[in-house]
Amino acid sequence: MAETFTARIWVMDNDIDTDIVIPTEYLALKTVQDMTPYAFSPLRPELAVQIQPGDVIVAGSNFGCGSSREQAPEVIKALGIRAVIAGSFARIFYRNAINNGLLLIECPALRGDVSDGDEVTVEVGKSITCKGKTYPIGALPDNLLDIINAGGLVKAMRRRNGLEG
Amino acid sequence: MGATYIEKLLRRNTGEKTAKAGDIVTAKVDWVMIHDIFIPFVKDKFEEMGFTQIWDPDKVVLIYDHLVPASQLDDPRHHKIGNQFAAQYGLTHVHRSDGICHQLMTEAGYVKPGDVVFGTDSHTTTYGCVGAFSSGIGYTEMAAILGTGELWVKVPETIKIVIDGELPENVASKDVILRIIGDLTAAGASYCALEFSGSTVEAMSVASRMTMANMAIEAGAKCALFTPDEKTAEYCNIPVSPQWADFKGDEDAAYLKTLHYQAEELVPVLACPSQVDKIRPVSELEGLTIDQVFLGSCTNGRLEDLHRAAQVVRGKKVAPFVKFIVTPASRKIYLEALADGTLATLADAGAIITHPGCGLCCGRTGGILTDGERVVATNNRNFLGRMGTSKVEIYLASPATAAACAIAGKITIPN
Repeated sequence: MAETFTARIWVMDNDIDTDIVIPTEYLALKTVQDMTPYAFSPLRPELAVQIQPGDVIVAGSNFGCGSSREQAPEVIKALGIRAVIAGSFARIFYRNAINNGLLLIECPALRGDVSDGDEVTVEVGKSITCKGKTYPIGALPDNLLDIINAGGLVKAMRRRNGLEG
Repeated sequence: MGATYIEKLLRRNTGEKTAKAGDIVTAKVDWVMIHDIFIPFVKDKFEEMGFTQIWDPDKVVLIYDHLVPASQLDDPRHHKIGNQFAAQYGLTHVHRSDGICHQLMTEAGYVKPGDVVFGTDSHTTTYGCVGAFSSGIGYTEMAAILGTGELWVKVPETIKIVIDGELPENVASKDVILRIIGDLTAAGASYCALEFSGSTVEAMSVASRMTMANMAIEAGAKCALFTPDEKTAEYCNIPVSPQWADFKGDEDAAYLKTLHYQAEELVPVLACPSQVDKIRPVSELEGLTIDQVFLGSCTNGRLEDLHRAAQVVRGKKVAPFVKFIVTPASRKIYLEALADGTLATLADAGAIITHPGCGLCCGRTGGILTDGERVVATNNRNFLGRMGTSKVEIYLASPATAAACAIAGKITIPN
């Protein structure tokens, strides 16, 4: 079930922490949708309105470091971001993203070669192509694929509890 | 081959006698902690998952700390939902204004050596100070634990950190962990366990070890581990257990790497804006004027931290243009510092003493700053926009350094 898509990218640096993704002052808003206008506001306040559904974020290493706030991957997903491609991911963010069905791809070589507005073509589990250059990417471990194939952790638990087939 | 501390701990917990770094195991959870920001989200996910009861209500601790007392109109809803959730599912461990979650989980007698604990906060690594495996997770995984009592864990690789010798008078455990984070970098311990040992660590109070375990996440670590001893027993109000002899890594265990530090060579340091791994000696930044000092948080809001600051400011006055905000980590600490005169000493010097809680650390309550302002703070994060606007400069420091800066009105080395 190799999935392929092409997307416009937004480029960020190393160590993008979850306070940048969504600052603490907005975490008590009622829904994740209410938080979306403030995504990335400490770093790039204009970005949340520029992001279009289907876009992809390309970042350096340690994306999602810091606070455990699960609103971070949820806000990114609510903005319509199709995937985050980074050199590496912080562990709590990684688990939270998987549990919410947000696609994360590790590709350390890509960040240095691209800028805002470039287009990438992603073949999930295989490769990324940008400006004529192809970058190999790995596949997810089995236990994480199980969660994703179930449609996220909530659906996996609903199935466990006999609420979904 | 021998085993690391975390391998032994997870073997005991899971019964998988050969579990080693890289293996995926299912841990049986001894305690969970949920704080007020995330309670409504946990409740929604828990019910969406179709659970109707909590696996063991006696193992769940709800703590209101980030939003106490409420400062924004959306905040009280979180406490109302928390109260409803506790009543509906029979939760009895609810702390509504007792202090910061990471202080209370050990101080109030919940977490003990060898326990496996998860919390909806990245600084859950703190409980490694008593030899527990504790780590932060999101609200969806927390909801799944509430229903099942289990969580999958990849047994982490371990970075061993050995610190020997006697620390200089003006160097605290905060300076030690900041230096280590600077050396490891913000991603340098990602997915790893940090195992601390050496004579410096053995001589430290449990409170000082808490500061170090608390900040392990700032290097990306999954957990931090200290070997329990007589001090741990006294702090946890339990007898020393013969089992604790094995609460450490074997000499021939497989470590990712080992870092050695000699305590006498360490100096007071600061984490400079806006990354925790941007470490410089205080001496290199001396003279930089400041607008505010924050002494508090789950990193450095304990009695020994308040004592150290009081020692520095006793008989002196805070610089007239500096606001010196002191936030004890818990009500117990607040009362102890009140009883022994520490709060009076700090207030007399010009400190603003606030209610126990997360306070300024998460930029939610009194003390937020604006463009161009500079703050020296004892908490764990100096991220962009953490304490006000994104043009605030946050420098992280030890309590002694912070107090010395408050008096001087500029960055200065504590004596």
